[in-house]
Amino acid sequence: MTSTSNNLLEMRGITKRFPGVLANDQIDFDVRYGEVHTLLGENGAGKSTLVKILFGLYQADEGQFLLRGKPVHIASPAEAIAARIGMIHQHFMLVPTLTVAENVALGLASSRRPFTDLETVSARIREISEEHGLAVDPSVIISHLSVGERQRVEIIKALYREVELLVLDEPTAVLTPNEVDDLFVILRRMADNGQGLIFISHKLHEVMALSDRITVLRNGRVVGATTPAETDRQKLAEMMVGRTVRLTPELPPAQTAESRLVLSNLTINGDAETIAVNNLSLELQAGEILGVAGVSGNGQRELAEAIAGLRPLESGAMTLNDKDVSLASTRDRRNLGLGYIPEERIPDGAVAEFSVSENLILVDHAASTFLDKGMFDEQAIADHSEKMVEDFAIKTPSIKTPTSSLSGGNIQKVILARELAARPTVLLACQPTRGVDIGAAEYIHTRLIEQRALGTATILISEDLDEVLGLSDRIAVMYEGQIVAIVPRQDAERSQIGLLMAGATD
Amino acid sequence: MDDFFTTSVLVATAAAAIRLATPYLLAALGETIGQRSGVLNLGVDGVMLLSAFFAYWTVLSTGNLWLAALVALLVGLIMGVIYAVITVFFEATQGISGIGIFIFGLGFSDLMFRQQVGTPKPVPRLPSVNIPFLADLPYVGEPLFQRSLMTYLAFGLVPLTVVLLNKTTFGLNVRAVGENPQAADSLGVSVERTRFAAIMIGNAFAGLAGAALVLQLGIFQPNLTQGMGFIAVALVYFGAWRPWGVMGGALLYGVVNATVLQWKALGIIPVSISDLAGMAPAILTIGALILLARRVHAPAALTKPFSRH
Repeated sequence: MTSTSNNLLEMRGITKRFPGVLANDQIDFDVRYGEVHTLLGENGAGKSTLVKILFGLYQADEGQFLLRGKPVHIASPAEAIAARIGMIHQHFMLVPTLTVAENVALGLASSRRPFTDLETVSARIREISEEHGLAVDPSVIISHLSVGERQRVEIIKALYREVELLVLDEPTAVLTPNEVDDLFVILRRMADNGQGLIFISHKLHEVMALSDRITVLRNGRVVGATTPAETDRQKLAEMMVGRTVRLTPELPPAQTAESRLVLSNLTINGDAETIAVNNLSLELQAGEILGVAGVSGNGQRELAEAIAGLRPLESGAMTLNDKDVSLASTRDRRNLGLGYIPEERIPDGAVAEFSVSENLILVDHAASTFLDKGMFDEQAIADHSEKMVEDFAIKTPSIKTPTSSLSGGNIQKVILARELAARPTVLLACQPTRGVDIGAAEYIHTRLIEQRALGTATILISEDLDEVLGLSDRIAVMYEGQIVAIVPRQDAERSQIGLLMAGATD
Repeated sequence: MDDFFTTSVLVATAAAAIRLATPYLLAALGETIGQRSGVLNLGVDGVMLLSAFFAYWTVLSTGNLWLAALVALLVGLIMGVIYAVITVFFEATQGISGIGIFIFGLGFSDLMFRQQVGTPKPVPRLPSVNIPFLADLPYVGEPLFQRSLMTYLAFGLVPLTVVLLNKTTFGLNVRAVGENPQAADSLGVSVERTRFAAIMIGNAFAGLAGAALVLQLGIFQPNLTQGMGFIAVALVYFGAWRPWGVMGGALLYGVVNATVLQWKALGIIPVSISDLAGMAPAILTIGALILLARRVHAPAALTKPFSRH
């Protein structure tokens, strides 16, 4: 048993059950003053559950925890805050219509009750900004801030409450590589000031860069603890998954020849009638994977929707396999060989309430192979579905199971199976592995590379820079609706792409 | 038409407009507070009917107008507790729950009226209270400063609601909970308590609206409101969830209503189409709603029940 004297937090034997799931199974975890302790694990490994228990959002079924050496019971976020525990959630916990100061003041006692005291709050925010190098204007409304600035507001919220223990639940998910670097500087400084930080992530290079100690969870249990000095990315990945994994897929040289998709001077409007894609041109060849890197919100979604036929072009033209499809319907594009893996699995890629089998034949359900005298041929559909489930290693109790009860990775495999079964010549894959566990991601990557070998032209739009760098023959960087650079695979360098994503022109 | 554009008729029309706007304004202000916290209450009309009946019954039995207003307020609070428990604690769908409250209010006020009163008997109305000096001003004195205390209260509540929503901790909580309840929860603000309180205030205002309506008319009949509570909900959208905007909507509604009544009285609108003209306020409001309201976003969490899981 470790001494409690230098431990800020000590969790012992934490167990949490949800109906049918053991989310946390006898977890021991501790945080010392002045360290970054990483919780690493796949989706569903129990990381979020554990920190939600710490923050009073869930109650543990068994186990106890000690804060600063004393047993505590935390029943609500209010009690966690009072105990000087802070949490930065995966999705920003900010109210977009309120100002920075109002967001910080929320939940705090005011010195001018019943009125708010935003002047005092703003003054203190300015002090904190200066002290920690977190430039932000307290009077600005959150919705006017960039993602990186919003992250700063989240940190200011925690600093304002003088947290001693800060939990960061995948805080880098929406940041550019440069913003991640800035964030890490701030986090390191906090640790050096004696605060304890719990960092949750599944991005291995970030874990290696930031952590003092690493605890790996799998299926609700602690499977190991280590430090960056004793391990590497490969070993960490294997601890997470519990078997050998290939982190960087191998890519044989591309066999490009004919052009499959030509985008000429596309201008596309966003939802708010603003220009989302501005005069963009691109040519995609058979047998290559073109990765589109960029920070979310730089026009990638609109571009993908326009290629898929879900969003009209303001100007410009698009040809698919030498046919002009600028005005073509989604159905026509599909018939011309376009496969589409949308960004949102549910509801864009699959219908949650439909069975696995129904989603597997969706879109092509009117094909003659699935019909018998105008009615569904149940046997043919079942045969097709069973084959797909087997070919794509989809983990499902049966083909009749509602798709919503599958894991994210398996839903994604259902969509991938359906799209590839249509034998596309051009594949548009948007965030194909977002929120998917390492095993499924590895599988999806293998399939994409297999398609490449078959001559399929693939556009891979992803916010995961590792994925883009690992799979693409060419990397196109999107910034403010334009492609600012196209870098061939052999010349692509992480830091340079990161700068381009952030809008650096050179 | 020349008859209408005389000073005395215009002043009388303005006075009527402000009087007619009073119950709408009270109900819509209350609804605004509720909606800013993320709770849609379609039951306003039912609450107004119930409180109007009980206020009427109180005057009928005791002759005390202030006791009547207090009773109406209490009826509003009781209905508020019921609605808050249904929607906040049981997380029921707000649209349907509100319609349930409306139907209950409609039916129960009707039943009580038939059981306890039977035929409509007039009761004393709210007296107008002249404000010294201001009441004697030419043109504006009569419409603005010779009104009942209920009207002064309704218009006085507009800036108070602005202050409540924008300057107090409670108002900050209400706005946060209506936009991103998860964020409020993560900072230790109780979403349940905040919404509960917002619903209670909203229903108290609806109760006062019922009292204002019945005490201005001096009579009750089944379905007295004829959908006024629903108009009040529409006025919240019209006013883009801002108290001053809501007041503008209520006044517009009052002006059109009063003008139509005046035109009927002056014979500008022929008797044959007078019922049709009675629809004008509703049509105008809906038209304005279509033109104006599309530019503003509703509170993001409106109608969404909150739970941590």
